[in-house]
Amino acid sequence: MITAQNMKLTGYKRPDGRFGIRNHVIILPVDDISNAAAEGVAHLIKGTMALPHAYGRLQFGEDLELTFRTLAGTGRNPNVAAAVVIGIEPKWTNRIVKEIEKTGKPVVGFSIERFGDLKTIERAARKAKEFVQYATELQRQPFPVSKLCMSTKCGESDTTTGLSSCPTVGRSFERLLKGGATLMFGETSELTGGEDIVESRCVSPRVRNDFRGMFDDYTNLIKSQGVDLLGSQPTEGNIRGGLTTIEEKAMGNIQKIGRCAVKSALAPAVEPKGPGLHFMDSSSAAAEMVTLCGAGGSVVHYFPTGQGNVIGNPIVPVIKLSGNPLTLQTMSEHIDVDVTGILRMEMNLDQAADHALDILQRTINGRLTAAEALRHDEFVMTKLYRSA
Amino acid sequence: MKHGVLLHEPQDDVAVAVMDLKKGSTIGAVTLEGKAAGQVRLLDNVPLGHKVAMRDLALDKPVIKYGRPVGKAVKAIKRGAHVHTHNVKTLRWSI
Repeated sequence: MITAQNMKLTGYKRPDGRFGIRNHVIILPVDDISNAAAEGVAHLIKGTMALPHAYGRLQFGEDLELTFRTLAGTGRNPNVAAAVVIGIEPKWTNRIVKEIEKTGKPVVGFSIERFGDLKTIERAARKAKEFVQYATELQRQPFPVSKLCMSTKCGESDTTTGLSSCPTVGRSFERLLKGGATLMFGETSELTGGEDIVESRCVSPRVRNDFRGMFDDYTNLIKSQGVDLLGSQPTEGNIRGGLTTIEEKAMGNIQKIGRCAVKSALAPAVEPKGPGLHFMDSSSAAAEMVTLCGAGGSVVHYFPTGQGNVIGNPIVPVIKLSGNPLTLQTMSEHIDVDVTGILRMEMNLDQAADHALDILQRTINGRLTAAEALRHDEFVMTKLYRSA
Repeated sequence: MKHGVLLHEPQDDVAVAVMDLKKGSTIGAVTLEGKAAGQVRLLDNVPLGHKVAMRDLALDKPVIKYGRPVGKAVKAIKRGAHVHTHNVKTLRWSI
């Protein structure tokens, strides 16, 4: 049996003491109009990666704070060795740089105004080259499960996820928790019908209240729109796969946390404090949720899927698990962990968890996930409301 | 594989097809723990992953899966029938 004690993990120790399992040098645009310069740098310098996105201008209030937290958190993520930040003007650019700087990793910011794209690209590319040479000399070293921070979220769920891939993650999380791992789950709207189970797992009345407040906010938003969510929750893909109601979907979803207690309820893109399983208030849209987990410091992600969600993330390796025989037959290139044996009663949950933890260990030690190999780099920020 | 449907809990009203099932055939049910849970004759074709009623369900009755209500019957449902959005709706988000 694979346990937290006998797993052999290696990673890159960052100056703040956290461990990364990838060693990216990122070129991070602060705003949509700086994507071109960021991509220009990434084209010039081997071993760098631009993270273009759609936002960062004229946002305000909590929506702006979330954008800052997501960008800074992405730069702070231990899978990132160093970061070059590019924005249109210096003030917001420096705000992101300062937050990343607190981790002690190399980071520098450039702003485009009064230089133009071409001079900015040249200046940023010189730094990016230095950072790549720094990063490529870093060596992996062993680290314990207590230094692992990871997340989970399922997608294109069907009835097979609740029977197989989600409980496989639950069983794996129970074992990782025993080793003191830091774990995250979320998908606020997709807990509808099972929210009482999450509440009952909260370690204190304060955490329960925090969770309830986040859940009620989501429910009230949905009610305020006066719409029937069938087709969105559950999705058309869920329905095609046999899921009929949100409650049924939620019960499958919740299998991912196994019998773990919930240590805290975090706002989106907030880094959890200390080991344990943490809830993060988040959309259930796959790319948004994994991006928020990455900003919260997750270095690897378990993604159970039924019908075959193909999502990946540029900095967080996404491990796909599926127990749907049709999905394995038709789109196996996307699946890392095949647990179809559960439906055939040829594999029990402990055996499935062994398989999932074996792939987790190998992924941590450098094996590319299906999503990484297939260049699934979805970096998608959550927008709370319209801009000014 | 000797079973056609899987049950999360022995007393659940609905079970999940583990393969495409044909109308008129009789298939075995097992729980996730591997305990036999009887047989059911199918009244409809039921695709892989879709649900089969394990007992007659009256109109408006909560439908139990995972040992909990996951919706309600919006039509009377016969044992062996395909259970999905045409005969079960959410108990939540009612508008």
